[in-house]
Amino acid sequence: MTATSPGAAGGVALPRLPDHQLTPLAEAYARANAAKRRSTLLLIVAIIIASLVAGGVAEVDLAKLFANIDRFTNYIVRLFYLESGAPVWTDPAEWFWGWKKWLALLGDTLLIAYLGTLLGTIAAFFLCFLASVNLNSNAWTRGLIRRLLEFCRTVPELVFALIFVVAFGLGPLPGVLALAIHTTGALGKLFAEVVENIDMKPVEGVTATGATWWQTVHLAVVPQVLANFASYGLLRFEINVRGASVMGFVGAGGIGQDLIESIRKFYYSDVSAVLLLIIATVMIIDVATERMRHHFIGQGMRP
Amino acid sequence: MSERRQLVLPADPAILAGQAGLLRAQALSRLKMALLVGVLIALAVFAFWRLDVSFWRIVKGFGDLGKFVVLMVPPNAGSWANALVYLHSLAETVAIAFLGTMLAALFAFPLGLLAARNVVPVRIFQFMTRRSLDTVRGIDTLIWALIWVNVVGLGPFAGVLAIMTSDIGTLGKLFSEAIEASDRKPVEGVTAAGGSRVHQVRFGLLPQVMPVMLSQVLYFFESNTRSATIIGIVGAGGIGLHLVEQIRTFEWDRVAFLILLILAAVAAIDWLSAHLRHAIIGKSSVAV
Repeated sequence: MTATSPGAAGGVALPRLPDHQLTPLAEAYARANAAKRRSTLLLIVAIIIASLVAGGVAEVDLAKLFANIDRFTNYIVRLFYLESGAPVWTDPAEWFWGWKKWLALLGDTLLIAYLGTLLGTIAAFFLCFLASVNLNSNAWTRGLIRRLLEFCRTVPELVFALIFVVAFGLGPLPGVLALAIHTTGALGKLFAEVVENIDMKPVEGVTATGATWWQTVHLAVVPQVLANFASYGLLRFEINVRGASVMGFVGAGGIGQDLIESIRKFYYSDVSAVLLLIIATVMIIDVATERMRHHFIGQGMRP
Repeated sequence: MSERRQLVLPADPAILAGQAGLLRAQALSRLKMALLVGVLIALAVFAFWRLDVSFWRIVKGFGDLGKFVVLMVPPNAGSWANALVYLHSLAETVAIAFLGTMLAALFAFPLGLLAARNVVPVRIFQFMTRRSLDTVRGIDTLIWALIWVNVVGLGPFAGVLAIMTSDIGTLGKLFSEAIEASDRKPVEGVTAAGGSRVHQVRFGLLPQVMPVMLSQVLYFFESNTRSATIIGIVGAGGIGLHLVEQIRTFEWDRVAFLILLILAAVAAIDWLSAHLRHAIIGKSSVAV
């Protein structure tokens, strides 16, 4: 590095160690640096090799991508033109022709997300105490519940939805259940973490009065964790709104059904209209839930 | 419970008044709680009605589901050839997740720098980057997959591009937040030593944010392995395609086999990335 700032050119004398002390330090520094460089280089090489292997397995074909990249830009541009060839903003009434139907479907999507979140939160609430090491000392039931929660959150919700569509028939019900199961798994883990971090003194106090396990949970644990639970639940609702918007892809209700049909049938302006509605809804929900979460956290731990 | 002993408090008027106040506050907060629960229940009832969820449908559905679960045991791929095909598509899934995450990180890195207030202090520029990242993020991976299938055809490559596109938005946002949360002092130190703008970023900023970014990328690799398993539903490669086929043809033992494969792969990658994350975070704390 060369000194470029004017102050450095003045030549302020810095104290300097004698050479016999400086040399070993400088060498050790160089060695440490070289070791760091080597491990970084090694990491980069490993990533490159893994990428090449993955590229082979995933049939990456850059030539095809560059040859067809205009289709991507064309597609994005086409989204903003009506069937008649006019840009969408010239005729908003034609662009959003199906707004009544779409808004109703969006409402259904929100309700699916709501019910899924609610049912999942209730299930997670009842399971989390059994999954916490400080409230359930039985390693067997604790492990069992933890594995169950793990299973619920690892299997993607669309896979559950696919199976439920076969069992329950087409419609919003499989979507609700799929979201509920996934929510149970995800929230159950977070809830259990919250419960494991509580202050144990109230628990000891209530236990000392001879309360049963459920009474202890109710009176000593729930008041401490409720605000955090509500906040996590709202965050999940936000995520579930996104999830519910694609449930229709597999026939599990909501606006996804209309969206995938428009995409498959190349109704470009419909695709952009529905996507804009979804993005706007998601943004509104994000802002609203964030406000509510701040409210809950600000309110603190109240019974 | 019959032998409950009573605690007798002295009837001090100040204590009694205080207790009354406490009781009132408690009653009020109970009322609020009851109101909230009432609204939640009413909304749930409305949702059940509106979404046409009937009791007998649930009962029948769970009956069917029970039959499927019975048919799922024992999980079975059908034949060794099938098992090999499934394993290959599992490898494809992992490859999609890996490449998609790597490419997304590669593109998100410069975007994150541009969207960070302390690197590019131009408000309007930053606003534009942020909003476009938000829009990209707002569109689901499956929708990006459908769009990319139009460009490069069916297959895993479309999946890679889809994961990449939707993650550029999220990673870009997270990177810019990590950069904004960084400590200003190392940058000032480099400036004081006469470092140029590039030096400031390279020696003042990057050493701070690199471990955070790497661990975020690893976390995304984990979560993308899950996304990549379902991307096959729209024909963008991976194990999802087989899963859909087997569910639609009611081959439940094969479905169970595929789900077990997915669980194993996700668990393996979680384990690997947890170790790598610890290594990275550990290393950074030594370097500092």
